[in-house]
Amino acid sequence: MPLLEVRHLVKEFTRKEGLLSRPTVVRAVNDVSFTLDEAETFGLVGESGSGKTTTGRCILRLIEPTSGEVVFRGQNVLGFSRDELRHARRDMQIVFQDPYSSLNPRMRVREIVEEPFIIHKIGSRQERRDRVVELFRLVGLDPATLERYPHEFSGGQRQRIGVARAIALNPSLIIADEPVSALDVSIQAQVVNLLMELQEKMKLAYLFIAHDLRLVEHICRRTAVMYLGRIVEMAETQALFDNPQHAYTKALLSAIPFPDPDHKPVRISLDPKGVDLNAPLRAVAADHWAAV
Amino acid sequence: MACSASTPLSNTTPPLLRVQDLTTTFQIPGGVVKAVDHVSLELRRGETLGLVGESGSGKSMTALSILRLVQAPGETHGGPIAFNGRPDLLELPEREMRKIRGAEIGFIFQEPMTALNPVFTVGDQIAEALLVHGRATRAEAHAKALELLTAVRIHDPARRARDYPHQLSGGMRQRVLIAIALACQPLLLIADEPTTALDVTIQAEILDLLQEMKEKFHLALLLITHDLGVVAGHADRVAVMYAGRIVEEGAMRDIFHSPKHPYTQGLLASIPGAAPGQRLRAIEGTVPNLAKLPPGCSFEPRCPKRFDLCPTAPPPAYEVVPGQRARCYLYDPKVHGAKAS
Repeated sequence: MPLLEVRHLVKEFTRKEGLLSRPTVVRAVNDVSFTLDEAETFGLVGESGSGKTTTGRCILRLIEPTSGEVVFRGQNVLGFSRDELRHARRDMQIVFQDPYSSLNPRMRVREIVEEPFIIHKIGSRQERRDRVVELFRLVGLDPATLERYPHEFSGGQRQRIGVARAIALNPSLIIADEPVSALDVSIQAQVVNLLMELQEKMKLAYLFIAHDLRLVEHICRRTAVMYLGRIVEMAETQALFDNPQHAYTKALLSAIPFPDPDHKPVRISLDPKGVDLNAPLRAVAADHWAAV
Repeated sequence: MACSASTPLSNTTPPLLRVQDLTTTFQIPGGVVKAVDHVSLELRRGETLGLVGESGSGKSMTALSILRLVQAPGETHGGPIAFNGRPDLLELPEREMRKIRGAEIGFIFQEPMTALNPVFTVGDQIAEALLVHGRATRAEAHAKALELLTAVRIHDPARRARDYPHQLSGGMRQRVLIAIALACQPLLLIADEPTTALDVTIQAEILDLLQEMKEKFHLALLLITHDLGVVAGHADRVAVMYAGRIVEEGAMRDIFHSPKHPYTQGLLASIPGAAPGQRLRAIEGTVPNLAKLPPGCSFEPRCPKRFDLCPTAPPPAYEVVPGQRARCYLYDPKVHGAKAS
């Protein structure tokens, strides 16, 4: 049984353009289905507005999906009551893109990392404190800095704090929404290494949402490409990079800026009119699906 | 991608821009911060110099200093900044400088969403660039605006010229900003992270467009970016900045194939791609606070190759091989070559 199964997920937003005009309905996520195994890293790539972040948030019900199913450990998350959902969230966590706005500036970092234990009424005061110290060590932060405020930390350190909070309750799934794209180049690799290390130690599964295709290629076992709210291609990452089938995937991969002067990509541009948005995903090879 | 071979021009062509020992400081409580610290660079027509660095490394501040757009309390010292026959831009009265900005030197900044005025059509904004510098009459300006929109490959320019910025996508806005920057046929174009806010497919299109415009108008292009991938495809020479200083400079191929400074080596090694699933080779530590720089080499606390000389004083730039310089004591002739591997 997969850890997470997303089936026909749809999220519609209603946009009202003017006072007298009819509201228009935008399908930000349009019939998205995929599965994620335990301790697996699954990449979700696409450009801004492709629906990848909305998909991630719908899975945690930070945004309520319009329809579809999100099955986590065999149970449909969308049918959960508030209490059941709170309980389920111990096991599914999120790391946000921006370590500058995702930490409460008025809380000491010790309180930020301790808060999940308080919300879920876990442990005594002393046990919680001990666990926070342990978590700090685990993500490579000095426990001597526990009583400081977020602004006293660099971007990379703040993202470590965000990771410490996310792993506090031993989750099995982390939705990592562009976890390193706001960080400096020389710091990105540190945080990526931390995520990989924690995955091995804690058997974490990551839904890794990113636009950096080089990074996705590096860490994701399987990858799905989103375009205008739909998954247009999904495969084992190496197969996807070696043998892209969908016109959009081809264009996307040909646009990656390679840090190699001898790499001369043949730029493939996308004709949006040539993309059939209603084409269903079909198997083009073993575990390789494309909407072609 | 139109990728030029190594430096297409001989080094005997006089540079269009020659910056020497440019320093920009900010007075802050408790000290002076050198955002730009003795930066020297040269740029010839038809050449692209990629200025690479992380946030806070001083690359944008270098561009603003050249344009003399540094806001108080920032102060620019040093120089000269020799440009197109003028011995020093820093000495010019502001009135003269205003004639250069936007005319002889065009510039494009990162945010295509905020750089355009929302209440004027894009056609008017391109025409304005021409009118301000007295390059066209009102009637001519609009015809020229359409030409420029065509040049930056905007379809149906006559219709787009009547659009307001909010009607255009990010990529189209960046094309309009390139059209504005090119309106007065500048000799030098400064593009500061021109594609960072854009999606990857649009980024590739804009970089190709810049390359094309550079060749068409024989521009000198100063391409500022944090992405070594952008530089690999588009620059002839590369300067790497760290904590306000240029720590390495050389021909693009030499920088990628044989980086000399440990920081450049670390940056290149940390890029994902080599061995999927393996740990990345991260640079340890964090970018230093400019107000508390170490007394010696500013990369020393993070450097895997540091030795006793490094914390003493900031290293000078050593010419390691012809045309490639690095600010690193490994290349001091007094240090035995064994260290520099």
